[in-house]
Amino acid sequence: MNIEAIKSIYFFEMARTRRTLLQSVVSPVISTSLYFIVFGAAIGQRIQEINGVSYGAFITPGLIMLTLLTQCIGNGSFGIYFPKFTGTIYEVLSSPVSMIEIVLGYVGAAATKGLMIGTIILLTASLFVDLSIAHPIAMVFFFVLTAVSFSLFGFIIGIWAKDFEQLNLIPMLVIPPLVFLGGSFYSIDMLPPFWQAVSHFNPVLYLISGFRWSFFEVSDVNPLFSAAIILVFLTICLSVLAWIFRTGYRLRN
Amino acid sequence: MAPIVSVSNLSKTYASGFKALKGVSLDIEQGEILALLGPNGAGKTTLISIICGIVNPTGGTVLVNGHDVVRDFRETRSMIGLVPQELTTDAFETVWNTVTFSRGLHGKKPNPAHIEKVLKDLSLWDKKDNMLRELSGGMKRRVLIAKALSHEPRVLFLDEPTAGVDVSLRKSMWEVVERLRASGVTIILTTHYIEEAEEIADRIGVINGGEILLVEDKTALMSKLGRKQLRVDLSHPLEAIPETLSSYNLTLEGDGHCLIYDYDTSAERTGITSLLAALAEAGVRLKDISTRQSSLEDIFVEIVGAGR
Ligand SMILES: Nc1ncnc2c1ncn2[C@@H]1O[C@H](COP(=O)(O)OP(=O)(O)OP(=O)(O)O)[C@@H](O)[C@H]1O
Ligand SMILES: [Mg+2]
Repeated sequence: MNIEAIKSIYFFEMARTRRTLLQSVVSPVISTSLYFIVFGAAIGQRIQEINGVSYGAFITPGLIMLTLLTQCIGNGSFGIYFPKFTGTIYEVLSSPVSMIEIVLGYVGAAATKGLMIGTIILLTASLFVDLSIAHPIAMVFFFVLTAVSFSLFGFIIGIWAKDFEQLNLIPMLVIPPLVFLGGSFYSIDMLPPFWQAVSHFNPVLYLISGFRWSFFEVSDVNPLFSAAIILVFLTICLSVLAWIFRTGYRLRN
Repeated sequence: MAPIVSVSNLSKTYASGFKALKGVSLDIEQGEILALLGPNGAGKTTLISIICGIVNPTGGTVLVNGHDVVRDFRETRSMIGLVPQELTTDAFETVWNTVTFSRGLHGKKPNPAHIEKVLKDLSLWDKKDNMLRELSGGMKRRVLIAKALSHEPRVLFLDEPTAGVDVSLRKSMWEVVERLRASGVTIILTTHYIEEAEEIADRIGVINGGEILLVEDKTALMSKLGRKQLRVDLSHPLEAIPETLSSYNLTLEGDGHCLIYDYDTSAERTGITSLLAALAEAGVRLKDISTRQSSLEDIFVEIVGAGR
């Protein structure tokens, strides 16, 4: 293992985060506050509680997931896409680092940043609503595994993308609808039966539901199911990466 | 001594179907400076990229110090430093950070003293805290060299190191190269400037259309292919070369004001004495005489031209 290289990539990426600290930290805080004001205050007046949880608290896990997914995909993809775009990737490719080490560096940094921002949102949320975490270990499990697997997913997008449009396609176009329709702001029992059935095909529903369960012990689906889904997603990402490593797909043409 | 880099039968077909290398074989000796000459698109960068691990080969093998560049990439890549042709830099990083980063990537423990020495050698020390976007093109080129030297490589690839570098900088760059060579580093450089290869290389390889046309000791190459020209300026222009001189390899230039005689330096007789006598006999009056040794450039044009 080339530990020095993993450290170099990781800290290099984290330094980039530090340079863009303001936008990385301030923007999620502002948008979370806005969600609380708009959803919590406006809608919360009408929906007091869902399954015994106050509305403001109920939406918190979903809000964290929304940001976590977008941030991890964004950072994971940008971290590897950018050197590909500027050409500085030559250096990583000509160094004695295996693909596993490259992934540990880039994905580790992307996941760290996602977790940092997720934590900031959690703290911001606790200013607005009373939060309690019923199952801290499960909460960390969902939090960390989601961050890691979506950073990996982002990394794959970053390798695949040939231009900025492709890079932004999935984070901008696919993730928000999945999150919004994944029960971030409501329980899916509130939907008509047809849409409930459709929602079960949305993987993000399972993430949010499992994550919410670790806070309030209320969930749309069995939390074990949620854990299984995230592990399956992680496995898929790892397999795709293994294939990328073997073939050098879009890296070592 | 076994060659430090041994390329055998290397081929590369890009995804587009383009054959950039067609069975290249080349041995690079430990401690030498090898210049790879070739026109645009010859395959120089492709060859270097495969040796360094940036591009996957389609066929053939490359050994660096006996290790295969694909299978034993850790050994080979930790020995190699690469200065790429393109000026690619992280605009928002400082010089110090980017060079330190390179060392870490190569698995070496931090060594600020070494980085300091490299930056000073390349006259970059006063720029160490500047962001790369604040540097000029020539300075960025030197930063790329510093990055490549950060991990103390034994083999250094310089892909057109002097593109966009001014004369004085070029000189100091060659001094760095000379010092590296003196410390035992093997250096492979590509260039379009033939004088450059002539000036610093020990051996010269010519590549064109994805094939190595020749690899030869520089002095041997120059003398083997070296032709000399005798240039005779005439007092009165000639309309045509006189009949009596037709046995000589002469060309008329400059509207008939000048005769060029090509001769082979390695031949037993140059034929100059008899040519001059024949000129006098034909009544041609001379104004001036000079000779010129063909440069590597002429040789290069000749080889590449013949290969076409
Ligand atoms: N990624 C690629 N995909 C397809 N073709 C490529 C690729 N990279 C290089 N080529 C082609 O391979 C050939 C060799 O390119 P290469 O960059 O090795 O040339 P070079 O000798 O370094 O030229 P130059 O002196 O201009 O730098 C060129 O015809 C080029 O168009
Ligand atoms: Mg080139």
